[in-house]
Formats: sequence, C-alpha cells, structure tokens
Amino acid sequence: MRIPCCYCGARGHEEFTYLGDATLARPSTEIGAPADDATAAAWHDYVYVRDNPSGRHRELWQHTGGCRAWLVVTRDTRTHEIHGVEAARDVALAREATHE
Amino acid sequence: MNDSSPATPPQRSSAPVTAMRLMDGGLIDRSRTLGFTFDGTRYTGHPGDTLASALLANGVRLVGRSFKYHRPRGILTAGPEEPNALVELRTGARREPNTRATTIELYDGLVAASQNRWPSLQYDLLSINGLAGPLIGAGFYYKTFMWPAAWWEKVYEPLIRRAAGLGRASGVADPDHYDKGHLHCDVLVIGAGPSGLMAALAAGRAGARVVLCEEDSRLGGRALLDGRRIDQRPAADWVAAIEAELAAMPDVRILKRTSVVAAYDHGTFAAVERNNDHLAEPPAFAPRQTLWRIVAQRSVLAAGALERPLVFPGNDRPGVMLAGAARAYVNRFAVMPGRRAVVFATNDDAALTVTTLAEVGIDVAAVVDARSEMSPAMEAAARMASALLITGGAVTRVRGSLGVEGVEIRSADGRKTRIACDLLCMSGGWTPNLHLTCHQNNRPVWDARLAAFVPGNLPSGMAVAGAANGEMSTRSAIMRGAELGVAAAVACGFRAASPDLPPTDEESTSSSPLWRVTGVTGKAFVDFQNDVTVTDIGLAHREGFRSVEHMKRYTTLGMATDQGKTSSINGLALMAELTERSIPDTGITTFRPPYQPVALGTLAGHHRGKDFRPTRLTPTHAWAAERGAVFVETGAWLRAQWYPESGERDWLESVNREVRTVRNAVGVCDVSTLGKIDVQGPGAAGLLDFLYANTMSTLPVGRARYGLMLREDGFVMDDGTVSRFAPDHFVITTTTANAAKVLQHMEHALQWLRPDLEAAVVSISEQWAQFSIAGPRSRDVLQRVVDSPEAISNAAFPFMAIAETTVLGGLPARLFRISYSGELAYEIAVAAGYGEALIRAIMEQGRDFGIAPYGTETLGVLRIEKGHVAGNELSGQTTARDLGLGRMLAKKKDYIGRVLQERPALLAGDRPALVGLRPVDTGARLRAGAHLVASGQEPVAANDLGYVTSVAFSPTLGHWIGLALLSGGPARHGERVRVWDPVRSGDVLAEVCDTVFVDPKGERLHV
Ligand SMILES: [Zn+2]
Repeated sequence: MRIPCCYCGARGHEEFTYLGDATLARPSTEIGAPADDATAAAWHDYVYVRDNPSGRHRELWQHTGGCRAWLVVTRDTRTHEIHGVEAARDVALAREATHE
Repeated sequence: MNDSSPATPPQRSSAPVTAMRLMDGGLIDRSRTLGFTFDGTRYTGHPGDTLASALLANGVRLVGRSFKYHRPRGILTAGPEEPNALVELRTGARREPNTRATTIELYDGLVAASQNRWPSLQYDLLSINGLAGPLIGAGFYYKTFMWPAAWWEKVYEPLIRRAAGLGRASGVADPDHYDKGHLHCDVLVIGAGPSGLMAALAAGRAGARVVLCEEDSRLGGRALLDGRRIDQRPAADWVAAIEAELAAMPDVRILKRTSVVAAYDHGTFAAVERNNDHLAEPPAFAPRQTLWRIVAQRSVLAAGALERPLVFPGNDRPGVMLAGAARAYVNRFAVMPGRRAVVFATNDDAALTVTTLAEVGIDVAAVVDARSEMSPAMEAAARMASALLITGGAVTRVRGSLGVEGVEIRSADGRKTRIACDLLCMSGGWTPNLHLTCHQNNRPVWDARLAAFVPGNLPSGMAVAGAANGEMSTRSAIMRGAELGVAAAVACGFRAASPDLPPTDEESTSSSPLWRVTGVTGKAFVDFQNDVTVTDIGLAHREGFRSVEHMKRYTTLGMATDQGKTSSINGLALMAELTERSIPDTGITTFRPPYQPVALGTLAGHHRGKDFRPTRLTPTHAWAAERGAVFVETGAWLRAQWYPESGERDWLESVNREVRTVRNAVGVCDVSTLGKIDVQGPGAAGLLDFLYANTMSTLPVGRARYGLMLREDGFVMDDGTVSRFAPDHFVITTTTANAAKVLQHMEHALQWLRPDLEAAVVSISEQWAQFSIAGPRSRDVLQRVVDSPEAISNAAFPFMAIAETTVLGGLPARLFRISYSGELAYEIAVAAGYGEALIRAIMEQGRDFGIAPYGTETLGVLRIEKGHVAGNELSGQTTARDLGLGRMLAKKKDYIGRVLQERPALLAGDRPALVGLRPVDTGARLRAGAHLVASGQEPVAANDLGYVTSVAFSPTLGHWIGLALLSGGPARHGERVRVWDPVRSGDVLAEVCDTVFVDPKGERLHV
C-alpha cells in the first residue's frame, strides 16, 4: 500500500503507523463535573468502542518513518483505495472551529 | 556414454557430440565445456545449458523419484513450472533442496543429487508404495494413520517422512548474503517475451522510466524456444536487437534472472533477482539474491502461458515431456530430448514441435491428435515429418518403467496400436500465466474459446499482454505488447508512438481441450509433484468434497512447491466433470503470493542474526568494555550490568560493592538510554499539563519535577522528569523502553487532540550522553568537573535544580540535581560525542573520593531500596493510586486519563497497591513473580492477594527486600503474607512494610 503523505508525497505503508478511527472526538467533560452515566458512556465509547466498517473509513496514521505528521487518511478497507489524505492538525483545527 | 561419440558431419542433424547434443544451433557456447556431477557421475555441458538440458544432452532421463509413490520421474518442462525434475543443488551449507533442474544455469563444478530415492535412483525399494497406493491415496494424512495417537510421532511420521518427502535442507547456517532494494519506475514490464519486449520498447522510446523483469537469464521468452522467425530473421536475433536498444536507454533497467513474485496494492511489486545463483558461489561480498520492492505507476504483465499436460496412464514416465518443452530443448539448447517420438496433442501449437523434431532428425513415429476433426496444420506437420497421423486418437498406455519405451494408441475407431518410442510429447493446450493479476483478490474469468481462464478485473494500473492475456500467437503478442507499452507511457504523461510491428510467421493456435483420456486403467497423474491422480480426485468427490478449495486440500492438488502451475486447471476440469458443473461454476482456487518459491534468506535480507534487531551502544560502551563490564540487553540497548573487580566471585558481590559505594561515597552510571524529548514553544507548558497527570505549568524555570503520564483509560503509561530551561523550553525524560512511544503520544496530542497549542517536540535521546553521579561525595566530584564549582553549592543549586552550564573548560552541559538512588545526586548531560571524554574525566576526578562506576543491577537495587517504581510496576495495569502516587493527580486541569482514572473500579480499596516486603527470616530470599496469600492460607487462586513485582538483595539492610502489588496495599502494613513461588519452590513468610527502605524521610537528598 502507498499512502500519499501531504508533506512527503506517496510513500510505502511501512513508513507509517496506524492508530485507527479518525471520526472519534475526545469527549469534553467539565473539570470537577460529577461522573454521570452519560459521561461514562461517552468515554467508554471513545476509548474502547470501534466500528469495523467495510468500505470508506477515515483513519489516523502517522508518518513515523518520515515527517512525523499525523494524517487523516480516507481509505476503502476492502480495496485499500485511498480517497484522500489530510494533515490531522488541519482537520483538528477545523473541528475546533466548528465547535466554537 | 558422454564424450565418446564419433565425429559427425558439420550440419544441423541428429549427430551427437555428447549422446544427445546437436552439432550446431542453440544458444549455447560450444567453445567452452563445463563439468558437473549428478548423483556422483561426472558429465559435461556448455555455458547456456540448464542442468536439465545438460542432463538430457548426456542421455540422462531419470532425474528423481516422486513424492508419495517413488515413481521414476524425468524432465517434464523447460521452465520454472517444472514439477518433476527437482534436485538437491550444491553441497554442505549451500545445499538447497527442491531446486528445479530446468531453471538451474549450468556452471563448472556444479554438483546435484536426486531426491527422495532410497537406496538409489535406479532401484528404489519404496516404490513399493506404488503397489500400496490405496494406503496413501487422497486424504491419507487425515485418516489412515489416525490411531493409536501415540504411534503417530513414533512410527507413522518417521515412516512417512522417509517415504514421502522432498529434498533435505542443509541443516547449517546459510553462508550467503541477501540484499534488498527499492526501484521506482513509470512502467514495470513483467516478462521479456515478444509482448513484454514490445511493451518495454514502446514505453522506453517514449522516455518513460521502465523496469523490465525477466526470470530467465536471457530475454526473449518463447521466442527463444519456438524457433520461429520474427522480423524476417531468427527470433533470437530480433530479441538481441531490441535488447541492445533497450540497454542503451538511460531510463530503462533490465533485470534478468528476476521473478516478480507478488503484486501488492498501489503498484507495489516484489521481485527476486538471482544475482549469483548461476555461479558456484557468489563473489566475495556480493549478494546471492536481491529482494526488490518495485513501485510502478503502470505495469504490463507479459508473463506468457504455461502448457498443460494431458492426463492418461503413465503420463509421468521419464521421457514424457510437454510438447513446447521438447522443441525448447532442440531450439535453445541444441539437445534432442529423444530419438524416436510420438506427439500427443489437442492443439495446433504442437504441430511446431512435430516439425522441429523432424528437422533435427528425430524420428516422429506418430502424431496423435485428440481432436475428432482433422487439423490442416497438424496434417501438414505430420506429412513433413513422415509421421503417422491419428486424428481423434489417444495415448492409453505408456510402456517402460524407468523411461518411455513405447506407447499404446487408441484410434478413433477403438483400434489399438503399439508404437515403440523413447519420447512422448504431450500438449493439452496453454494456460495464461495470470497469477499476478489475482494477488489482490481479483478472480480470473473462463474463456470457453481458449478453454482457459484469462485475467478478469485487474489491479489498478496493470494491463496484460500476450499469452498471459490469452493472445496466443506471436503476432498478437507483439501487437498487444506495443499497444499496452504506448498506453502505459501515455498514462504516465509521455507522448508515445507504437514501434513498427515486425512481420511474423503464420501460425495456427486452434485448440480444443481434452481433460483426461477415458476408458483406461492405471495411474494417470494430474499433479505430478504431489502425486495426485485422477483416482484421488474421484475419491475426494465420492467422500463429499465438492468445493474446489476442499478438493485441493484433501487431495493436496496444487499444494506442492510448484503451486499447481501445470496441474490446477486439469484438476478443476476433472472436478467439474465429477460434479457435473461447468469449469467456471466449479471455480478456481485462490492465487496467493509468492508466484515462485522464495528462499527465507531472501525475505530476511541483511536482517538476520544480530542484525535482525541491532543493539544500540551507549556513549560509554567502549570505555565500559575496556573496564571489563558485563553487559545486558535492555530494550534496544546494550548496557553495562555491573563492573566486576578482581577477586569478586559473583555478580552479587560486585553489585553489593557498587551499592555500598554509592551509599557511602560516590558512583557514576551511564543513563543515556533514557528517552529525552525537547519541548519548545508558547504552548509547551500547556502541552505538558495536558500530557502529565500532575501540573507542569507551575514549574519554575531552573527546576525539575517528577511527572506521571497516564493513558486515556486512566492507567499509568510512563514516568520521568520534566525540566524547565526557559518559560517556553522544557526537556523531559521517559523510561528507556517507552522513548519512542511517548514521543508519538506527544505528537498525537499536539497535532490531533490539542491543535490549539503552539509547540514542537523532538527526540534528543541520541544527541545527549547523560550520567548519574550519585552518593554523598557526588558534589565534590562534580565541582572538579564543572567550570563554575561555586554555582553548584547546596545553597546555589538545591535539590531539583537544573541549569545549563559548562564542564571541562567550556564544554556545554546540562546539569540536573535529581536522584533515583535517594542519595545526593546529579545527572549531567553533554553532547553524545563527548560522553566518553566526560566519564573518563569524572572517574579521574572522583578517584580521591572513592568513585566507582555502577551498572543497571545496582541502579535497580538503589531504586528498590527507595521504593521507586520502574517497568515492573509500570505494567500498564497499574494506576497512580495503585503505585502510591495518587496525590500527584491534579484536580484543576484537564489531562489525558483524567476522567477514566476515576472509574469506581479503579478506586476500589481492594485493588492491588504497591507495598514493600521484608522476609521475616532475614536469611530468606524473595523472588519476583511470586504470589502473595495471607499468612496461614492455602496457596490457591481464590486466596491470591497479588504478586511480587521487584526484588533485590539490599546490602544496606543486609537482607532481601521486595516491592509488591498487594490487595489492600498500604492498609496491610505490618501484616504477614506468604510469598509463594511454585515455579522455584519458594514459600517465604514476609512482613508488609512501607516501600521506602532507606532514608524514609529523604534527608540525604538535600545535604
Ligand atoms: Zn510525511
């Protein structure tokens, strides 16, 4: 598999490290907030529950053997076709912006 | 019988030099003679020969014994698909089993031996298995030897291993080197037959970067074997002209002796180049083989086709050969594969074999065409060869056991004719070599006209040309190759035009399948290498195996080292017939990489032995080795474990001395292996607050703080120190083992979780040599090393102070007053290249104070005496509270692990928590890993209270001490527990105590 890093160009997958689902968002829980069931469930899902989609999947990879950038790679899990690669930080900043 | 033939007239004729060698023709160099031995007998051949052609030239037909039945076997093919002629090549450490004689290039001094025969190739006692056939028929592994179970290892397996098997591995280390390389190109062309050559030429002329891989030692493919004319000249001359043009192109790389064995995603291919297998041994320092990873924008698969055997009794006898192979031996190697031949075929391609054999004087006695209609091409060939043509006939029997002596032919009207011959050429048609199109799970499709599977959906960027795509004539192969070469170059952005297409001979490719000869008895082989017969497939069917994948595994058809190259389609067809389904409905088994067997050494490359996982050396390694240090692998590093001194009898004596030296004087230890990460930027403090469970933003400049990182699930991930050199500049340390993981964790936090933070992190682990100087005299030593001694007085540089300074007269250094040992201690860091100089200076300056170096063992004892946690306690299953570090957890900031570390189960009072252990009998030894049960309780799982994580003999206290995770933890201080170690028969009573055994108030840190 070849992953087109947005900084380095297409590189072999052995240069990258896989993390997983890039659609998960870290729950924002107020400091000192009482631990209710909804909070527990949100964190449980975030830390432990993963989908195993067949088809397009947005996932986090890091170019560990290259520029060290974290990337959001949109990949078809059946064919390995890669539909897009974005810098994770850009995606994260955009996510923050829509939250505010 | 070699080298003894009479002189012969100088024309292309049957006149032998050696027994079966033609006087002229072929692509061999008659000016040089190569000697070789097979089964101890000496023979000769010429450069350009394969072992198979040289054996045939010497009249050797019997080459091996078959896998299960020990049937005599000869040479079936002239290429890499050979299932029969497998030999042990070379001797000693280079002996390689199951090597195909048809691919071994002859070299002077070659030594080969037949396999799987006992006691000899000519007379094999175990061929009696042939009589006991039913005993080891299909599925014999699964049912015959099932009972009694104990007999399997002792009786059946040794017997079967002797009876059924292949060659022997050398049993000693491989002495050769193997290399790996990467190639990037626009167009990869796989196979250099006519279609591949045209594709490479078209793309190369367009300016594309082309890699052309050919598994043979010569370019040309079947053009070299068929004896046709291309471009109005012998095909080999046409090939040579194209090769010369390609070789002159700067962006074309030709890899001969290179098999592309796998096609992976996104245009990535694996190829094995046999750099030096054609020599007795590789030249010094040169690799035997190279594993290439080739990345191509476009690929053209031009892998040709493989001829199918026909299935009839005795089709495995030495002297039965594929028709295409027979003419290959004549045309390329100038060898007569026999003197009197019968050709049995289902297609017009075999007509070329008839005429080729006749042209060199081989007597073609009969041409048996299985097709019911007279073929004009076959008729013309038979007439030219003066051979009897039997249309609609079949070979029903082969006479001769160690080699063909004759055949029985059944005519269309059922009449039987016996014909004496020593060569039977057979052709069941050609199967496109489409393996590489299927490696990404694409399925081939059935082409009824060709009676063959052809490529279906293709991997992206791949196109298939020539016989591999079912285009069986040379003309169509050339046309298609040129077309796809142009298309591939254009797709890569080049302007390309088709090369002129050379004229070729007329040829008929008409073919009609015959899957087996019916109405016959006797063993008719489908898979030669695994000895699978028509009967075995019938048996599998009768026993209920309907899926082709099940049939394959039950009969083992296609599961030998040739992976069914010559057998799988015949097997499928027979299965289809039995299940009354069509071949496409029967399906085809999955093609998986590698296409050819690949030596494990090739896959390993240089990553073998110590190089599989190289050890990293610390900056003081040479110095420590000079002092006679004993080293230990810790993670990726080789570290000094202890430094024995003369007179010390064992490690414990050395370690006790080192510990006492640190506690009473001063010691120095290389701690450079700790992970070191530089953190800078306006968001640096915020980042560290987010990463550590305790607060770092409040750390003053010039101070260090112990820090604890959690995982998001609330468990401890790592610990270390955080030092603040400037408001926006920190240096953190990690444990040796987690250095890479923590850096990645930090980058993830910075780039994904907290993109709002402006900071950068970089590993500086390898840039700095760092030493711990520990003990009451450590400041005295250090003051002689630093350039400003007064700056490190107790008042000016208190516990947990840090500073950038200089040592040894201007060498920049970082100084940290931190302590792992519990003594007055410092860590000092300099650029890694100065590490050795610094430790020599420290030892020199410390001599007056009784300094001694200490290793990882003493480091461990010192930290256990102080109750500091390390890898054994940071097991991924412990929380900060479990480790007695709950007070560090910040209340007023967010950090990774904040929410989940408060899960009720992690706060439960009976969780195992860290305690100290001291044996009640101070002579007793504690063992790490031992389980804890309450005093007086049975040591059973239900009573388990925890386990011992770390132990050490404390020379300070004079007895063993331990750290343990004990249910209830510090609440049990003062209780007694059984320390039960069933593995080493330990059963010791110990008192639960505080984790800090030495200087519990920490006064020594501040002196
Ligand atoms: Zn990159």
